[in-house]
Amino acid sequence: MKHYLSSGIAASLLLGSASFAFAASELTIESWRNDDLSIWQETILPAFMKAHPEVKIRFSPTAPTQYNAALNAKLEGGTAGDLITCRPFDGSLDLYSKGYLKNLQGMATLDNFPDSAKGAWSTDDGSATFCVPMAAVIHGFIYNKDAFAEVGVEPPKTQAEFIAVLDKIKEDGNYIPMAMGTLDQWESAAMGYQNIGPMYWKGEEGRKAVVAGTGKLTDDGWVKPFEVLASWGPYLGDGYEAQSYPDSQTLFTLGRAAIYPSGSWEIAGFNRDSDFELGAFRPPLPAEGDSCYISDHTDIGIGLNAASSNSEAAMKFLEWMGTKEFAELYSNAVPGFFSLSKHEISLTDPLADEFISWRKDCQSTNRSAAQIVSRGTPNLWNEMWVVSANVINGKQTPADAANQLQKGLSAWYEPQMD
Amino acid sequence: MELEQDLMVSERKKKPLRWHVLVFLAPAVIIYTMIMILPLAETLRFSFFQRDTTTQVISFVGLENYIKLFFDPYWVKPFLNSLWNNCYFFLIHMLVQNPIGVLIAALLSMVHLPGKKFYRTAIFMPTLLSFVVVGFVWKLMLSPLWGVSKGLMKSVGVGSWYLPFLGKEETALTTLSLISVWQFIGIPMMLIYAALLSIPDEVIEAAECDGVTGISQFFKIKLVLILPTIGIISILTFVGNFNAFDLIYTTQGPLAGPNFSTDLLGTILYRTFYGQQLQPGDPNMGAAIATVMFFIILMGVAVYLFFIQRKLTRYEM
Repeated sequence: MKHYLSSGIAASLLLGSASFAFAASELTIESWRNDDLSIWQETILPAFMKAHPEVKIRFSPTAPTQYNAALNAKLEGGTAGDLITCRPFDGSLDLYSKGYLKNLQGMATLDNFPDSAKGAWSTDDGSATFCVPMAAVIHGFIYNKDAFAEVGVEPPKTQAEFIAVLDKIKEDGNYIPMAMGTLDQWESAAMGYQNIGPMYWKGEEGRKAVVAGTGKLTDDGWVKPFEVLASWGPYLGDGYEAQSYPDSQTLFTLGRAAIYPSGSWEIAGFNRDSDFELGAFRPPLPAEGDSCYISDHTDIGIGLNAASSNSEAAMKFLEWMGTKEFAELYSNAVPGFFSLSKHEISLTDPLADEFISWRKDCQSTNRSAAQIVSRGTPNLWNEMWVVSANVINGKQTPADAANQLQKGLSAWYEPQMD
Repeated sequence: MELEQDLMVSERKKKPLRWHVLVFLAPAVIIYTMIMILPLAETLRFSFFQRDTTTQVISFVGLENYIKLFFDPYWVKPFLNSLWNNCYFFLIHMLVQNPIGVLIAALLSMVHLPGKKFYRTAIFMPTLLSFVVVGFVWKLMLSPLWGVSKGLMKSVGVGSWYLPFLGKEETALTTLSLISVWQFIGIPMMLIYAALLSIPDEVIEAAECDGVTGISQFFKIKLVLILPTIGIISILTFVGNFNAFDLIYTTQGPLAGPNFSTDLLGTILYRTFYGQQLQPGDPNMGAAIATVMFFIILMGVAVYLFFIQRKLTRYEM
């Protein structure tokens, strides 16, 4: 009896240590893209593990709104995964300067990406890069092709045409012209202000001027987009003030709204949920003949947890991320998230292809609040959420909104102080 | 005999240390210290430090975080806004939740009320639900797109009063306060119901003999006897309201919109401590806010204990 017992204990100890060894060689990717869980597990990771059978890897997402807080807590507690999905700019820079992310400078894989892509995950002076760029999202408008045909309108090119289209849809009465709400406020800033804004503040030119302190947020180029937003209210659905982001998505995919101001990240979900034909048009030009700027926002990268006990295997994955295989696999598996690598890739999804085609005629820019200027209190990006929603709700004039942003920024940002 | 004398002598010599007292107190003291007192002290300590933005070194800065919180316009304005919102949130609870709670308890304690048990359970039910469930259910019911509230209001002839309640600065906080009242009304109801049941029959009978019945009996006899319970409920409500966070976060998001009109101390603490999208988290400033919240609650409780509870007369029953 005793003999059995002790051998049983020994066996369970052995089993225990075996499973421990297995767990140690399994890499975990921390991410906020819980929508992509099945794509990672069924497409991307199997392709990688086929090439590298010695590495086991698991995708472990958290809800997007909780990701930053959860990741910070996990990193502080030493329980975070080996590979960390990086938010662009300061979110990851902060993790790097706290020592949670490893400096990847010198990795061969980084040569596959242009500097503009690496900029989102490098220190201000560019001396260190800490995440491998993965994907960008492009802002624009998605529309219901059937609805457009029914009402008899064409995708607009200029702001004047855009308003004419909205008027016509409203007159027709069968569709809500535009699906957007202001309850979550984020939509107003990201899908409103940052979507149409680059056309007015001239993309990188305007953004860099504000960072350098030579341009102000009260300049014409920054007030005009608020004026445009102020005119949107009447075209949104009844009670849009209490309409949340998922409400807007559902409203559009149910076919009750004709236009959805948005970004390419919606493509996968919309393809799945809607049973009408989808089209996309880029943000309308202020006037015929103006040059075109789009928000092509560096959004996702992957970095290496400095405390990872298995960094060698993790590096293998990061190297693989720079290959054409990954770029093509990823951009096609997650339509709407476009690889940032230099490789020439072909996309099978027509809607995604439409979005990425704008890169040819338009100049790309990042979201204006993303780099450097959201480091202080009041936080510029949070303020943008609030004032953009206020402007659409008619609670604040465009000039007032711009003033508030500039006042808040100049309160702490040295280059903007008078 | 000899032995007994020995014992008496030793007892007189010195009182033996009563170890068992310490042993029996130890678990409670240790656990309470570990999970309550230490974290509180640690939070206080944390609030005197700050991380340098360039060198990333955390160093002692004294009261700097508090000075910033109370004198920097970009901190004090949102802070006072959330403090005021919190007071309003509490006021609505005191004005709506507790009177209605008393009323329902009084109705339930009537002797002949059919379906008493059913009402008691049904009204208490929402208290058991998670904030998240309550938040989402109400958000859906009030939704201008799919909600039932618009139709319901129309069917009773007040359709023109319908507003996107959660999306208007003027109505959002009141709406959320009432949702919270709906959820927690069961607690005052239960406590007062129990207090009403514990009033001895003799007192009631004596009152009846003196001709005090019905409504006046309730106000002159019962209400006076349950006042201490109402006091306890008020203090529970106060503590709960000033710690509230979940309902706002689930319905309005971390920025407590529209235009910060539903920002409570709990949501501002969350944003500061954990950060929000591009706003970096600042645990030290968060600790300062948490400490101020702790003192606000402590002061509220102290005011109640020293000035109100002492004046309440307790009757032996």
